[in-house]
Amino acid sequence: MKINYTYQFLSLTALLLLCFVFNLSLGSISIPFTEVFKSLFASTENKTWEVIIMEFRLPKALTAIMVGSGLGVTGLLMQTLFRNPLAGPFVLGISSGASLGVALVILGSGLFGGLFATALITKWSIVIAASLGSFLVLLAVLAVSNKVRDTMAILIIGLMFGSITAAVVSVLSYFSSAEQLQQYIFWGFGSLSNLSWSEILIFFLIYALGLVLSMFSIKGLNGLLLGDNYAKSLGLNLKQSRLIIILATSLIAGTITAFSGPIAFIGLAIPHLTRQIFKTTDHKILLPAVFLFGAIVMLICDSIAQVPGSDYTLPINAITALVGAPVVIWLLVKQRKMMF
Amino acid sequence: MAKETSHSILKVEELSIGYKSKKGDTLIASDINFELQKGQLIGLVGANGIGKSTLLRTLIKVQPELSGRLFLNQKDLKSTSILELAKQLSIVLTEPLSSKNLSVFELVSLGRHPYTNWIGRLTEADSAIINKALTLVNITALKDKKCYELSDGQLQKVMIARALAQDTDLIVLDEPTSHLDMYHKAYILKLLQKLTKETGKTILFSSHEIDLAIQLCDTMIVMTKDQVVCNQPCQLISEGIFNALFPKDLIVFDEKTGSFRVTK
Repeated sequence: MKINYTYQFLSLTALLLLCFVFNLSLGSISIPFTEVFKSLFASTENKTWEVIIMEFRLPKALTAIMVGSGLGVTGLLMQTLFRNPLAGPFVLGISSGASLGVALVILGSGLFGGLFATALITKWSIVIAASLGSFLVLLAVLAVSNKVRDTMAILIIGLMFGSITAAVVSVLSYFSSAEQLQQYIFWGFGSLSNLSWSEILIFFLIYALGLVLSMFSIKGLNGLLLGDNYAKSLGLNLKQSRLIIILATSLIAGTITAFSGPIAFIGLAIPHLTRQIFKTTDHKILLPAVFLFGAIVMLICDSIAQVPGSDYTLPINAITALVGAPVVIWLLVKQRKMMF
Repeated sequence: MAKETSHSILKVEELSIGYKSKKGDTLIASDINFELQKGQLIGLVGANGIGKSTLLRTLIKVQPELSGRLFLNQKDLKSTSILELAKQLSIVLTEPLSSKNLSVFELVSLGRHPYTNWIGRLTEADSAIINKALTLVNITALKDKKCYELSDGQLQKVMIARALAQDTDLIVLDEPTSHLDMYHKAYILKLLQKLTKETGKTILFSSHEIDLAIQLCDTMIVMTKDQVVCNQPCQLISEGIFNALFPKDLIVFDEKTGSFRVTK
């Protein structure tokens, strides 16, 4: 009667663990699996390896898991909320909102005078600015989407918000020093590394709050699949559900963008990939599935970005786009139609 | 009198419907009074643009009324919360589904929404009600199909099953027979009649199939330019109400057959 997805969930969890260990063992120095386990759970004779794992690779792998799962979940929330298979934190200009916030902090500090200049550019000010930026853009997109019923129009409006923020960033860049510009551009490349344990803790707390909120919107999301009037006739408080979904998305997408930069395509592609395996629209199943899938794909992308065996680390944003864009094209060609 | 009101499911008093706007209200119809009884099939007919949809949208609280009072199960609709309303009134609209990727079972199970817990988990009892709804509408075989795979007629049956799963006293359908062929028009309306008999629910629908409605409905609400009349179909015929439905230059109502024919 009801299809059981236990088997799929178990295999995905196993795959996630495998990718996690794989990700820890790969890098400029390859560390054997057994030693990875030893440094995680006991102690290894090779102290250098232990430091590499505990101080660099473990925080990075955990960040990758949070970024991937978080972007996947927000992509799913946005696609259902906007009734649009092309929606995602990136497409609807939420990431550009975060970018604008960060640009104002990094680049604008030059404009707004020296008083703030040094005090402002801490990780925390960037986090707050990115979260605020994404929240405001999302609110604006939602306000417009309440007036405009056409989903294509909403998408274009999202793109326009992106253009506006890009323009403001350009103006800010014009008045900025080379050093500030470089800082901003490097933030734009996206990065999963360089997070300290205390930063990861804060990241995790906000991200977890967003996830809890999205769990509470599962029922509302399922109702929204029918359309607004039907959802209302089922006793759903539309305004409240929308607000929770938006809050969850801006918390998750905002923090991710703040700590790791605007990471493209994961939010858009992961829900569609998930639907290939989980042939359901029930968010009770989709949400955890998207979570696992996002984490796995992000870990793989990160492993690729490190170029195992070399000293190079490619910008993670480039890798996710290289992986994500072909996936979207492949899905379109295969199904000729995108569903949500 | 007291006995009569206890069977009343929906009572409308001095209702005026239309659209509110800043520039002033647009009145569509006024002085609407009727009372719908439990377990009946009620057809709402009227010409295009006369305000059938507006009336239905007002009754289901999608659109605010301009004035007047509405009572659902003797309770003022204004003081009914949307969750209470969801347990007493279910709807089938003409608007398309947001996602056609829903499977039939998933869609019908969404009808249990007002009764499920915070995450929407279905209990055994919920599943039993869903399966009963599927059986009543005779679509158990379609259970695992996706909505985009269904024909218009099948989709309409699924939407009716969803409304049944919501387990409400009153089901309101806005033009359930549009886009359907002649056979399926009759099929859907006959199904609605069967449902009122078997489940004791009240079903109100709007339709352009006046001849079918005359044959199947217990009560009809006829909207004309001047008035809104609610009565048994045969009464309405003998009062000549149907003649006032349309301009008389093209079609006239034939009282003997209970249908319209083109004037020669």
